[in-house]
Amino acid sequence: MNVNRLMANVDGPAGTRGVALGRILFALFALAAAGSAGANTSNGYNMPPGVTVLSRDIYQLHMLVLWICVAIAVVVFGAMIVAMVRFRHSRGAVPDVTMLHSTKVEIVWTIIPVLILIAMAVPATKTLLRIEDTRNSALTIRVTGYQWKWQYQYLGDDAGIGFFSTLSEESNFARQLHSGIDPRSVPHYLQSVDHPLVIPSGVKVELLLTSADVIHAWWVPDFGMKRSAIPGFINDIWIKVLPGKEGVYRGQCAALCGRDHGFMPIVVDVKTPADFAKWVARQKAALKQAQAAPAPIAAPSAARAAAPGLVPAKRVARPLTAQVSN
Amino acid sequence: MAHAIDTAHDDQPAKGIKRWLFATNHKDIGTMYLVFSLIMFFVGGSMAMVIRAELFEPGMQIVDPGFFNELTTMHALVMIFGAVMPAFVGLANWMIPLQVGSPDMALPRMNNFSFWILPFAFTLLLSTLIVPGGAPAAGWTMYPPLSLQFGDSFPMLIFAIHLLGVSSIMGAINVIVTILNMRAPGMTLLKMPLFCWSWLITAYLLIAVMPVLAGAVTMLLTDHFFGTSFFNAAGGGDPMMFEHIFWFFGHPEVYIMILPAFGIISEIIPTFSRKPLFGATSMIYAIASIAFLSFIVWGHHMFVDGMPLSAEVFFMFSTMLIAVPTGVKVFNWTATMWRGSLSFEPPMLFAVGFLFMFTIGGFSGLMLAMVPADFQYNQTYFVVAHFHYVLVPGAVFAIMGAVYYWLPKWTGHMYNMTLAKTHFWLSTIFVNVLFFPQHFLGLAGMPRRIPDYAVQFTDWNMVSSIGAFGFGLAQILFAVAIIQCVRGGQKATAKVWGDATPTGLEWTIPSPAPYHSFTTAPEIPAA
Repeated sequence: MNVNRLMANVDGPAGTRGVALGRILFALFALAAAGSAGANTSNGYNMPPGVTVLSRDIYQLHMLVLWICVAIAVVVFGAMIVAMVRFRHSRGAVPDVTMLHSTKVEIVWTIIPVLILIAMAVPATKTLLRIEDTRNSALTIRVTGYQWKWQYQYLGDDAGIGFFSTLSEESNFARQLHSGIDPRSVPHYLQSVDHPLVIPSGVKVELLLTSADVIHAWWVPDFGMKRSAIPGFINDIWIKVLPGKEGVYRGQCAALCGRDHGFMPIVVDVKTPADFAKWVARQKAALKQAQAAPAPIAAPSAARAAAPGLVPAKRVARPLTAQVSN
Repeated sequence: MAHAIDTAHDDQPAKGIKRWLFATNHKDIGTMYLVFSLIMFFVGGSMAMVIRAELFEPGMQIVDPGFFNELTTMHALVMIFGAVMPAFVGLANWMIPLQVGSPDMALPRMNNFSFWILPFAFTLLLSTLIVPGGAPAAGWTMYPPLSLQFGDSFPMLIFAIHLLGVSSIMGAINVIVTILNMRAPGMTLLKMPLFCWSWLITAYLLIAVMPVLAGAVTMLLTDHFFGTSFFNAAGGGDPMMFEHIFWFFGHPEVYIMILPAFGIISEIIPTFSRKPLFGATSMIYAIASIAFLSFIVWGHHMFVDGMPLSAEVFFMFSTMLIAVPTGVKVFNWTATMWRGSLSFEPPMLFAVGFLFMFTIGGFSGLMLAMVPADFQYNQTYFVVAHFHYVLVPGAVFAIMGAVYYWLPKWTGHMYNMTLAKTHFWLSTIFVNVLFFPQHFLGLAGMPRRIPDYAVQFTDWNMVSSIGAFGFGLAQILFAVAIIQCVRGGQKATAKVWGDATPTGLEWTIPSPAPYHSFTTAPEIPAA
């Protein structure tokens, strides 16, 4: 996109307030576009294009709509600014009191926006259809939101592997009121956990989301996917990380769920299929060991892992807590 | 046929507290609504200052995370139900009778009751801050099961909401009956000013949806206390059903908060362009279309909750469609200015500010309508930026513009123009510093309703907080300007704005408007 050519349309007589505003807005949008090209994680201004098939589609749609809005803004704000400069009482402008209405003009500025909306609706609907097609996944994982942590349970061939994922101790100490610890000294402050979710790249991974208590939401910006985790419901989404984009990606709970809503992050460790298979093998070996020599009662994740597909333990007795059942 | 109304025994208002407690005069009641809303604006604003102070830097410096959630919840409830809605009702009370040429509202005693419910309801609501367990902290949206986890404050919240709903419904009935029955002879509906039109339509929206909110919160109440399972999956209920019912109210609610603003802008821009509103009939159809469409878009608040694909597609299309009549309004306001003769007194400054910044809020709204993109925007600061743009430099600026427009008519004095213009410029600059960076935060990955954040979000949060402190301080100028104007100032004439004054009925009576005006119906010119 030729930023200079687009900027030229915003030029007007110096000193008018709207021009300054328009320029600032434009510069910010332009920075957003330029800075984010090719980046995997956000540059701090704009949505990250991300590392999955869907996140790239979503990013393209977002940029399309953004640029259309910028173009419309240039035209509309431009007209307003010109009017405010040219037709000033202080300059002796005489109002044209015969200019009362025009049916033709009303039709034109109704039809044109409708056409623009249709142009946006087409790619949006296509992308939405792709997002909602959760068939034929290679791996399925059940994700359960709790107050205030996530639980991941692998289903199918890897059934039995399951664990809780809680805010890391370092972050948890630092975030306490008057902790005296500078958050900037904590690696990945508020975005690190004890046991990250591990998934392979290059294959369609389906996540089944639910909750054991209140509504939570699972979101990793770099995956372009956010979905609510609702007690009594199972929502499903799919993620396919592009091959070559292995690494650690971080997200957060995105639905107000109580006091520590801001402190239940999501960390996903994306491995190559080969490394993922090795990881699965290690987990299964650990499971076998745990079954052979049962650990003392203070090891809830092992006990849960030993009984695949079991209902998550009932929470502290509270009336009306929803129960998740298979 | 003109009928004089016998006011021989109440030419002068009652003395002391009785005047206000037993007020049936639309001007007194309007004044009370406006004063109440200004106080609530500062109360809600103080909560916002604490929120932004906590969010100034990463780490927790000031408040407990639970209290932070109480603040965000109460900030929204106070601003929506205590500041914005009562301000619009106050403007309706003052101006509708003056604009339609009637001596008062149709139901003056019900009008009094509608107002006095508010201080009582807000005392109840605000006192939850000091009950055991604290104020409600599940967001103003009160989603179960979370909202059912709160103790003592919960029934107080529900009762307060019921009271507020009753007040709004009664106020809306009053507006409709007044407009349909008490217009001066010769004022056909199509001759009625746009502000009255916008309120007529808003009143129907209120009557349609406030009972829905009442139903939703009553179901929350029975789930909590009487063993029902409306929203409890274990009992066969459905948390999603609350969302549907709440947002069926909630979406028209946000249009309730903006349609009167549209009416105000349609009064101010023609005045200071010295030119009639372009496409007035079109503008009325646009308001009506927006009101109708507002009933069929509620799902866009729930895109990430796992609706069926067909519902996602339907709500995406219907939400995008609302952009059309809204755009028509923006274009008509611009066309009103085009080939006009513009001057920039404070009301016009706020109206033009509205035009620019509400449109920015509209653009982010259009982006939010795109469902796949919304999977990234939803529940982030991008949404917070959107609704604050349409509500603050949108609805609130329209209210401030209306106050600056009609205050000389109400008080009989001009206010300090320099103070008002300074208020405008500081507000505009700081409101953008406050809310524009929130778009970046949302896009970069910061969720909403969190008291603390990962360090990569620090810079924009700091900028936003500075904007908040500046914006908050600037509002003191508004209060000072109003108080000074009430107490004195250069005398205002009937035609307050000189050669720019339009032909509306309110400008044919003296400033200050007499305690009883239009006791004899005015003549409406045939043309």
